[in-house]
Amino acid sequence: MDQNHAYTAYHPRWLRPHVSTYWWLEKPAYLAFILREGSCMFVAWFTVYLLLLLRAIQQGQAAYEAFLAWSAGPVIVLVNIVSFAFLIFHAITFFQAAPQAMVVHVGHRRLPARVLLAAHYAAWAAASIVVFWLLTGA
Amino acid sequence: MELGPRDRLSQAFVKELEKGRTVDTPYGHVVHLDLRHLGEKKINAKIPFVRELCMKYQNLDPVKDLIPVRPVVHYMMGGIHTDINGATPLPGLYAAGEAACVSINGANRLGSNSLPELLVFGARAGRAAAEYASRGLAINPRIIAQKTDEHRRLEHELLNKKGSERIATLRDEMQKSMETSSGIYRSGASLRNGMEEIRRLQERYVDVAIEDHSKTFNTERVSALELSCMLDVAETIVTAATRREESRGAHQRIDFPARDDKRYLAHSLVYRNADGSARVEYLPVTITRWPPAERVYGEAAPHGGPNHITGGTLSSGAGV
Amino acid sequence: MGDRITLQVARYRPEQESEATYDEFEVPCPKDWVVLDGLNHVKDRLDGTLAYRWSCRMGICGSCGMTVNGEPKLTCATFLSEYAPGPVRVEPLRNFPVIRDLIVDIGDFMRKLVRVKPWIVRQVEKPLSAGEYLQTPDELEEYKQFSMCINCMLCYAACPIYGLDPKFIGPAVIALAQRYNLDNRDQGAAARMEVLSEHEGIWGCTFVGECTKVCPKHVDPAGAIQRYKLSAAVDSMKSFFLPRGA
Repeated sequence: MDQNHAYTAYHPRWLRPHVSTYWWLEKPAYLAFILREGSCMFVAWFTVYLLLLLRAIQQGQAAYEAFLAWSAGPVIVLVNIVSFAFLIFHAITFFQAAPQAMVVHVGHRRLPARVLLAAHYAAWAAASIVVFWLLTGA
Repeated sequence: MELGPRDRLSQAFVKELEKGRTVDTPYGHVVHLDLRHLGEKKINAKIPFVRELCMKYQNLDPVKDLIPVRPVVHYMMGGIHTDINGATPLPGLYAAGEAACVSINGANRLGSNSLPELLVFGARAGRAAAEYASRGLAINPRIIAQKTDEHRRLEHELLNKKGSERIATLRDEMQKSMETSSGIYRSGASLRNGMEEIRRLQERYVDVAIEDHSKTFNTERVSALELSCMLDVAETIVTAATRREESRGAHQRIDFPARDDKRYLAHSLVYRNADGSARVEYLPVTITRWPPAERVYGEAAPHGGPNHITGGTLSSGAGV
Repeated sequence: MGDRITLQVARYRPEQESEATYDEFEVPCPKDWVVLDGLNHVKDRLDGTLAYRWSCRMGICGSCGMTVNGEPKLTCATFLSEYAPGPVRVEPLRNFPVIRDLIVDIGDFMRKLVRVKPWIVRQVEKPLSAGEYLQTPDELEEYKQFSMCINCMLCYAACPIYGLDPKFIGPAVIALAQRYNLDNRDQGAAARMEVLSEHEGIWGCTFVGECTKVCPKHVDPAGAIQRYKLSAAVDSMKSFFLPRGA
């Protein structure tokens, strides 16, 4: 290097665009992602609801009747309808995402995503049938 | 013919062009490659990448459309003269890759040669350069003076000039001129015209317009420098082609159609004289295992080609 | 479809201004022109000061990534006619600092890439005399998809996590790490695991999936990350329960 030449580093100011707090409203895909993540809150609500139901049953007939009356109120009905919608949304997006993460080999070949997706729905259907049979005692 | 060697294909194209059987497009004259008879299934099975390239970058579908095809410059067979370690005649300057000419190509380019040019000779050049740098030799003061001059030229002349000739205009004219004068077929006359055109472009380059006076990522200044270097390279190509009075590989002269191993089995080395003019010297080709022979294909080849069965007949001819 | 279209191009001249501005240019719009052709027309004929990166113009070098009408795209693979009648808004790639006009600084990605050692790592080198490292077509299939990455960084522009937290190591780096982890010739998975299992490694990813959607070479980095999460989790459980090795 030439010692006589004084070198001043030239560094232009970079532009760093700000990411808005409402970034998730910019694209439909982002909004769908936030809703998907948010749907776990509604899954948690159903878990709590089921626990409340179990507790009411355990406490006897009167408590169970009170619980049913409470559940029939407009607020709880609305909350449960919304939660159910989000639950379905949660399940569908979960199933959509799962085949991307799973690599299942049968012999040499990798199972295509459709097969894994179908297997998920089949398992869901099977589980639902079993639960229905248990609950209705048919 | 479609699978023939590239230079033969290009020559066939020129013959068709001369017969007036090509189609004029904004990109120049083309012929059309017709794959429609293969059908969608076969195209997807055998040549899916061809279809993908056409659709993704040219917005046409080979299943339904014709593909316009013309010869273009694909590779530079020559380059900066180096030895087998990437060292150029200038001490401390190393080169490798397409810019260099350690010469594993010659007058024609062998497919896949870019890979060893990078992996083998790139590695050798890198190691040799590192070894040279670690010797800690003093830099020639003349080189430092040149560097200061060049720095001044770039900072003051190239950054602040106004000019009137657009870089793209000069570049396009250079490309058209080189294609006509030093393209697939050359002649003494076309090369002379080419040289005059290059001289005119070099004069016009002095007045090149640089609109971008920024010091931050100034790509226009880079384009201007590259254009100046391209004009130099064009000059070396035309100079060497003019001196080489034979036809060999990609260098086809209609006034000298035969190959002349006695006079021209050599590499052309082009130097700049002190007065700015070009000087050509010749470096004989290093021949080790395979001496040069007649270039023939198919049955006429010395070993009868790849399908040769002694005493039998060839079922597929690759003759051109 | 008309034969001209308007480009709204973002400009940033750090020596003159501190914010981005927009210039409008009218360019020809033939059927086979891509956005890059439009930009080249601007630079060649209309405004030589426009600065942007490009090289191969056929989707293999990864230089020409920009934001086109809000989406990260390779400008060499995006037809102008798709946006007719226009205008077409061309901005620099999101989530990276802008140096000038459409040029962003990619140093962050480069530094992160080196950290995961994107080359064949051997514990024991075979001598040349022992011959080549053999690989069957099936073994090639295991990682081939991830080797298609051209480092265009569209996935980083699409990833909201990287936008919010620039320390996140990012989709392409993890996909490239997987390309070598799954290569049967490689023995460096453990070294990469250390880097990737950091908090801002794979665990920064929440599987938004946008990276896979915008990838022009169908690498599927989201899939690579989720698969790696599984192997990282198994690995950490193994080291917890069997600290001295399985």
